[in-house]
Amino acid sequence: MLALFYIFIGVAIGVSFWQITRIMNFRSVIATDKDNDTQGKLFLVFTAFLYAMMIYCLIGMNVIMLPESASIEGENDDILFNISFWLIGVVQFIMQFIIFYFSYKYRGRKNQKAKFYADSHKLELIWTVTPAIVLVVLIGYGLWQWNNVMDLSDEEDPLIIEVYSQQFRWDARYAGADNTLGLGNVNFIKGINTMGVDMSDKASQDDKQVTEIHLPVGRKVIFKFRSQDVLHSAYMPHFRAQMNCVPGMVTQFGFTPKYTTEQMRQNSEVIAKTEGINKIRSEKGEELYEFDYILLCNKICGASHYNMQMKIVVEEEEAFNKWLSEQPTLAEVIK
Amino acid sequence: MSEHHHKETFVTKYIFSQDHKMISKQFLVTGMIMGVIGVFMSMLFRLQLAWPEKSFTIIEAFLGSHQTDGIMDPDMYLALVTIHGTIMVFFVLTAGLSGTFSNLLIPLQIGARDMASGFLNMLSYWLFFISSVVMVISLFVEAGPASAGWTIYPPLSALPQAIPGSGLGMTLWLVSMAIFIASSLIGSLNYIVTILNLRTKGMKMTRLPLTMWAFFITAIIGVVSFPVLLSAALLLIFDRSFGTSFYLSDIFIGGEVLHYQGGSPVLFEHLFWFLGHPEVYIVLLPALGITSEIISTHSRKPIFGYRAMVGSIMAIAFLSTIVWGHHMFVSGMNPFLGSVFTFTTLLIAIPSAVKSFNYITTLWKGNLQLNPAMLFSIGLVSTFVTGGLTGLVLGDSALDINIHDTYFVVAHFHLVMGVSAIFGMYAGIYHWFPKMYGRMMNKTMGYWHFWITIISAYGVFFPMHFIGLAGLPRRYYTNTAFPMFDDIADVNVVITVFAIIGGLAQIIFLANFFISIYRGQKASQNPWNSNTIEWTTPVEHIHGNWPGKIPEVHRWAYDYSKRIDPEDDDSDYLHGQDFVLQTVPLKEGEEAS
Repeated sequence: MLALFYIFIGVAIGVSFWQITRIMNFRSVIATDKDNDTQGKLFLVFTAFLYAMMIYCLIGMNVIMLPESASIEGENDDILFNISFWLIGVVQFIMQFIIFYFSYKYRGRKNQKAKFYADSHKLELIWTVTPAIVLVVLIGYGLWQWNNVMDLSDEEDPLIIEVYSQQFRWDARYAGADNTLGLGNVNFIKGINTMGVDMSDKASQDDKQVTEIHLPVGRKVIFKFRSQDVLHSAYMPHFRAQMNCVPGMVTQFGFTPKYTTEQMRQNSEVIAKTEGINKIRSEKGEELYEFDYILLCNKICGASHYNMQMKIVVEEEEAFNKWLSEQPTLAEVIK
Repeated sequence: MSEHHHKETFVTKYIFSQDHKMISKQFLVTGMIMGVIGVFMSMLFRLQLAWPEKSFTIIEAFLGSHQTDGIMDPDMYLALVTIHGTIMVFFVLTAGLSGTFSNLLIPLQIGARDMASGFLNMLSYWLFFISSVVMVISLFVEAGPASAGWTIYPPLSALPQAIPGSGLGMTLWLVSMAIFIASSLIGSLNYIVTILNLRTKGMKMTRLPLTMWAFFITAIIGVVSFPVLLSAALLLIFDRSFGTSFYLSDIFIGGEVLHYQGGSPVLFEHLFWFLGHPEVYIVLLPALGITSEIISTHSRKPIFGYRAMVGSIMAIAFLSTIVWGHHMFVSGMNPFLGSVFTFTTLLIAIPSAVKSFNYITTLWKGNLQLNPAMLFSIGLVSTFVTGGLTGLVLGDSALDINIHDTYFVVAHFHLVMGVSAIFGMYAGIYHWFPKMYGRMMNKTMGYWHFWITIISAYGVFFPMHFIGLAGLPRRYYTNTAFPMFDDIADVNVVITVFAIIGGLAQIIFLANFFISIYRGQKASQNPWNSNTIEWTTPVEHIHGNWPGKIPEVHRWAYDYSKRIDPEDDDSDYLHGQDFVLQTVPLKEGEEAS
């Protein structure tokens, strides 16, 4: 019924519009010199608005953005990103100015004649070649970095961790002493064996299933992703890492943690962001927030997609080893 | 065909019309109705994002059992973003934009009596209408409409156990899209055939207005890529209803292992994006074509670099079919493919840059007539640049890893294809309204409409880049589950306020549109002093477009402000006025451009 009420209001507004226009002048339809003048000037005003907003977003919103990369591989991502962003930022500021300034400067006047200017091969060559040269740089750097990140073939002694997704939770499995993950398949899911690990596989015995990821700082980690039901995406924004979890196949991604959680909490960008967050939280009377690395789901997966998270702890090798040794092996858990 | 005037009943004139001008109006009005639904949905989920815990009577009113005390359910949130995307991309910006203007302008601008096949044209509209109706019906399914995102990636879209919207709602979505694709294909074939075969005497391909080139190439991309989506949808229907395993494998859900073996969702992603990416250009190219025509006409200048413009349309169209993998950098496909797609994707920047610079050079030293159509065209150039530039970041696979599926992407594609295409559509409506309805639209309301719309468009989508850079994933029902996103709550409120203002501003347009149909000032034959030959037809629509013979074309469409002495900007106009209809023969000694 309420919907009908809203629709009724809409109709009423429409009818009143109709009535208003009975007395309105619908004769003014084509821009006059006066209109051109007004609209041309409005373009300048709009340029000021746009510039103000762009500058505010670039500077004022800086504090909410992700801190520097917490993985060694991500450093180049940050550099490439900064290069790209400076580049497009400068181009954006110049282009928007030219577009709107021309709209103002050449606003129509009665005795003004437009220039008949249909072609210039020189100009066109310039703006074909210039972007092409710039692109060579961006593509070159980008592809080098892409291969850098994605090529995991010749890593020496990486830590292997399986990340397992399902609606709506994450689990992780460490490969254990042999650093080899036992096979897994949904057919093995039964009772406590929630990740479907094949317990007849020798490599499975020393695997360890956990609900929180711990990583040693400075050692390469290779994540193997599996999904139990629908697509999920393992997104670890602080490490510049993301990979989809696809049912029926194993995907992978790797990085080397650069800072421990404790070190990251001392990072000036993180401190500024945390302060901002805690100001809001204390106003609302909520528990204060402390920085933690986090794994989020970033591929639409159902009702609780928005709340599928797992904490990641990066610590010194020693602390990590201690934590890992405290975790039971699958052979101990699953009889 | 036009020689004898056959009797028309109400039904043949307004409903089952085979006249392209009437069909174009049908497309436009249907597209507008779908647009109202699509935009309204975005208002609802923007409310949810800004004030996740607040109760709204408007949500209570419209969402029925999918809300509790005026707060929408998470499933409904996903349904709303899914249907919003589907409706805006396909129903508004594909059918509403291409359907309207291709139908209206192709016969009129190439000098044809009608489309090659009037019947197929009518069929195209009615299939579109049916698919719209099916899509709207799917909104009323008890379990909710399709909610797996507009990209409907399986297994989520295949398994009702995974999300309730993947039951009947998804079936109807697929049926609707299958019909839609049929409509689009029939339409596109008709456009291609018409442009190739029915050009009037003298209308060489090289003399076609840029609108025609844009519509022509768009139709070709549509014919190449839409069938692939159809096959993707068919295979999905098989998986859903007949137990095949094209996309599904090794799934454990609802406490049991499903029988599916050996399929892969990545296959679906490939098939989907083989249409999905060209679709971006199916949406955008007509808008760019319309803008080329309008900027030139209202600047009173020839479009700068006609050949380069045609070439860049072709280049974009070609490249658009080999870049789909940039949507899948982190899908688990071979990283080598990622390299290839990065390369092809970034190449698109070149023709896009050429187009932008050419628009700007067309404005340079013009005599700009700042009518609402012109304002929207300038707005398009602005949003196209803003949105296009961030494509350089997203298209680079190494950078995409960390911003894939965040709000940065949402901001990017809304600016570059959403807002830009809508601006092109508005520009087209303001410009060709007199051709459609024989009356003019009110300019004051047009100005208000433009300024509020562009301010709110930037207000919504510019800050959105930065919450994306904060790592905020898209399609989150609420951001309150993560304390690390607490500091973007304020930004979300600002965005929602701009969105509501922008949404409401469209009422000005709707009012202007419908009132002008009945009350607008009667149009003169060529109100914008344009060169193209649609303005040589009588204001009152007649079957067959021209009362006598179809006029012959003698020149290109852009001889604006041509001078006696081409070198001297102060010399008089060669033809005594600043425009020369395409039908005017070359003067002695006049050089064709």
